[in-house]
Amino acid sequence: MSEQSHSHPTPGLYLIIVAALFVGTFATWGIAFLDLGIWNPVVALTIAVIKATLVILFFMHVHYSSKLTKITISAGFFWLMIMITMSLSDYLTRAFLPR
Amino acid sequence: MSTSQTTTTEHHPALAHQFDSMEQQQEASTFGMWVFLLTEIMMFGGLFTAYLIYRIKYYDAFVAGSTSISVGWGFANTLVLIGSSFTMAMAVWAAQKGYRKSQVWFLLGTMVLGAAFLGVKAKEYYDKWDECHIPGIGSQVIGKPFNTWGGCSATNDKLGNIAKEIIERGEKNHEEIPPGAAKQTAERTEIFFSFYFAMTGLHAFHMVIGLGLLAWLLLRARSGEFGPSYYTPVELGGLYWHFVDIVWIFLFPLLYLISRHQHGV
Repeated sequence: MSEQSHSHPTPGLYLIIVAALFVGTFATWGIAFLDLGIWNPVVALTIAVIKATLVILFFMHVHYSSKLTKITISAGFFWLMIMITMSLSDYLTRAFLPR
Repeated sequence: MSTSQTTTTEHHPALAHQFDSMEQQQEASTFGMWVFLLTEIMMFGGLFTAYLIYRIKYYDAFVAGSTSISVGWGFANTLVLIGSSFTMAMAVWAAQKGYRKSQVWFLLGTMVLGAAFLGVKAKEYYDKWDECHIPGIGSQVIGKPFNTWGGCSATNDKLGNIAKEIIERGEKNHEEIPPGAAKQTAERTEIFFSFYFAMTGLHAFHMVIGLGLLAWLLLRARSGEFGPSYYTPVELGGLYWHFVDIVWIFLFPLLYLISRHQHGV
């Protein structure tokens, strides 16, 4: 706990992360040519979220940062989710109303 | 906070007077950088939200627009940018360790990969111009107005005819698509291309700023300014660069990979 704020990832860990990111990119590309119906964008975005999380936690050192930084970043993404879900829940449900 | 840091060690030249210690200064700087990045996330988030709404509303047009951009180049650029994030992370590591030479090389590598990304982007933009897919450009100014039906002076006349492609795709899947409907969908691809250029353009603009930051860091790293006790500028430059990478991680599947299985490469 005491050395948490000072420890940074090693080049070895960075290599593992970048390999995972490359694998994710190849997977996104390959899966895009399979017909998964409505699941195509879901799978693509799930992989993108995993890749972004790896970048944020390790390349951007959030895994090793203070609780204040962590909670601030979480709040920011929470607000982003509010914007996207609220906006889409409006536009996606307009067709439900009788004309 | 309760553990008071007594600065008995001699004053580091990079320590600003409002901070008690180098650790406190770095913590404050990192926090401030993240607050800035969150405002950036909200800015790109607005574009992503608008994009999602229109993608759902004009799905066929977005499929047509998306399949007209080169997935191969977009894929290659994703690998290039991820590679540049890796070299950037290594530059921060080298700065923290105080390895001067490897800092310089990793920063230089990041800049080369960033420039390669922008080069590919320029090639893709040129192709869109050649195919008459730049939204809203009047014929008087540049000579290639937005055109989805035909009559475009594209170098390859197979390119640029989105309406024709929609009809051909329909024939392949044994559906009847009347020319009027195909033309209307093709015209709506102008909205897709507006988003494409706004989002990739804003992203590329961030890349250009990032390259400027990297050049500045490179000069400072070369003079041996960074070491274990002070590498905050490299760390924050890294945060910015990784953020730009993350935006692209979402742009690639959203813009390039809408219903690719229908149409192939």
